[in-house]
Amino acid sequence: MPHDALPRDGGPVIEVDRLTKRYGGTTAVRQLSFTVRPGHVTGFLGPNGAGKTTTLRMLLGLVEPTSGAATVDGHTVRRYPRGLRHVGALLDAGDVHGGRSARAHLHALARSNRIPARRVDEVLAEVGLAGAPAGRRVGGYSLGMKQRLGIATALLGDPPVLLFDEPLNGLDPEGVLWVRGLFRRLAGEGRTVFVSSHLMSEMENTADELIVIGRGELIAAESLTEFAARGTRPTVTVRTPDAGTLAAALSAEGAAVAPYDGETLKVTGLSSDRIGEIAFEHSVLLRELTTETASLEAAFMELTADSVEYLAGEPR
Amino acid sequence: MTASTTALPLPTARFTDLLAAEWIKLRSLRSIHWALGAGALGIIAFNTNAARADYVNFPHYGRVVRTHFLSWALRDAFTQGAAMMLVLAASSIGAISIVGEYTTGLVRTTFAAVPDRRALMTAKVVVVAAVMTVYGAFTAGASFVLTQAVLDGRGQGVSIGHPGALRVVVASALLAPVCALAGLGLGALIRHSATTTVFNVFVLLFLPTFVTDRYHWTACVRNALPFNAWYRLVDVEYGHQPFTLTPRYQTTVTGGWIVFGAWALAAAVVAVVAVDRRDV
Repeated sequence: MPHDALPRDGGPVIEVDRLTKRYGGTTAVRQLSFTVRPGHVTGFLGPNGAGKTTTLRMLLGLVEPTSGAATVDGHTVRRYPRGLRHVGALLDAGDVHGGRSARAHLHALARSNRIPARRVDEVLAEVGLAGAPAGRRVGGYSLGMKQRLGIATALLGDPPVLLFDEPLNGLDPEGVLWVRGLFRRLAGEGRTVFVSSHLMSEMENTADELIVIGRGELIAAESLTEFAARGTRPTVTVRTPDAGTLAAALSAEGAAVAPYDGETLKVTGLSSDRIGEIAFEHSVLLRELTTETASLEAAFMELTADSVEYLAGEPR
Repeated sequence: MTASTTALPLPTARFTDLLAAEWIKLRSLRSIHWALGAGALGIIAFNTNAARADYVNFPHYGRVVRTHFLSWALRDAFTQGAAMMLVLAASSIGAISIVGEYTTGLVRTTFAAVPDRRALMTAKVVVVAAVMTVYGAFTAGASFVLTQAVLDGRGQGVSIGHPGALRVVVASALLAPVCALAGLGLGALIRHSATTTVFNVFVLLFLPTFVTDRYHWTACVRNALPFNAWYRLVDVEYGHQPFTLTPRYQTTVTGGWIVFGAWALAAAVVAVVAVDRRDV
């Protein structure tokens, strides 16, 4: 096992090895290999239809791979008679029966895995559904509430490995903030947290490791910082009443300066620290100095552009 | 690592947990309460009304009918119409218990929680069969008591100890789990609600009247259907009463029980095996 060399916190590893899934003539996932380590939030990124959900379903033993293997802690999930204490998952918030209450839904799942009933109330409280909402039929829930219920389901078995497929869909800003905090905490506890998304911006403040796929194939597997470095050079937005002076000074330092409006400049090729120093040297007043965070998104778009284009012309 | 993520001894996977979970799932759906409640009321009312009609018409019946009234009384105990309602209700409940999981997507949550799908489906089979046996026993028992009480008004009621009476009640009661399992098996194969309902009705209600008993092979098919097996089991004066023709290819009571058992077993096996390898 090559992973013994990796820094491990002792928690289980998700291992995907030359995983392939074909549906008739369409290949959803092709020779995909990656490792997800414990103690981190790992983002699973790819455009719509890249094969993220299929991969997660294979990991959970719901979909049988055509070839290759997906294992959790060295075993395929189908080898575990009961799953909730090994892997917790939110695949689709809609994967519930609308006719049941949240409490009954969780109660049945807990019972099937010999998880004490009080754990149901614990996770309901944790996701903010305790009390009256838990007794209501899930069919009447908003998407955000269903996501919370899905997260409660994933947490039910207090598992060391957690999978979340597009968990931020439908959540309000407060919910998004809460979910990010939750993922960080779970990773901080040494768990393996694997979160899929088709939006880079969602991962930016959530993940520290990234697995990027497109058209079912691996594009990148690296840390968020490494990934960001692939992107176009960062752009710095500068707002100043003396745009002309500053633009000249920055250009003299070798930066590419694009005037945005009368007061705002978009600068590439210099760090915000250096721009601040130059402005200080030239006694130029700055009202804003921001490094554009869109560079990650740009890196993602750049990397996946080919696969997106390809997919659009392909029948699914 | 917190203590919660260290390798605590995992509890042994027990089948009884799955039974309990499936029971929670079945009883927590309000639609099932309604379907079962309305079905039971309809079935009991239908039978009682048949007894009431015989009660009213009894003075007008001829001597032959009156001397052979036993088969009339036991026919009222569980009429053919009520049996059709029971077949419909039971097969629907059986189908819903699995098709409902597929159509809502719950099946993925279920199988992720219990990767041992065969154990899970076996638990579902046991719970559905048990619940529907109780349901069948209740509707058949209540129908028997009520109809015979009504016929007692003409002095024609039959006690459960009367030869054949218990067989009528037991066969009618067991028709429920047999058809529920058939619905569950078909549902596990088909996985779509509308198609499953059509197939259920076709196989369990339509085929029994549709297939002729004129040729040997068609008679075999006909006799191998649960509804016809039930009909044979509740016909306590089969071949001995003057009102109906005796079919060319006769069947036995034992044959009827075997058909019940074979359908239940085959459907249970299909339900357990069909979902095991398929992607969800």
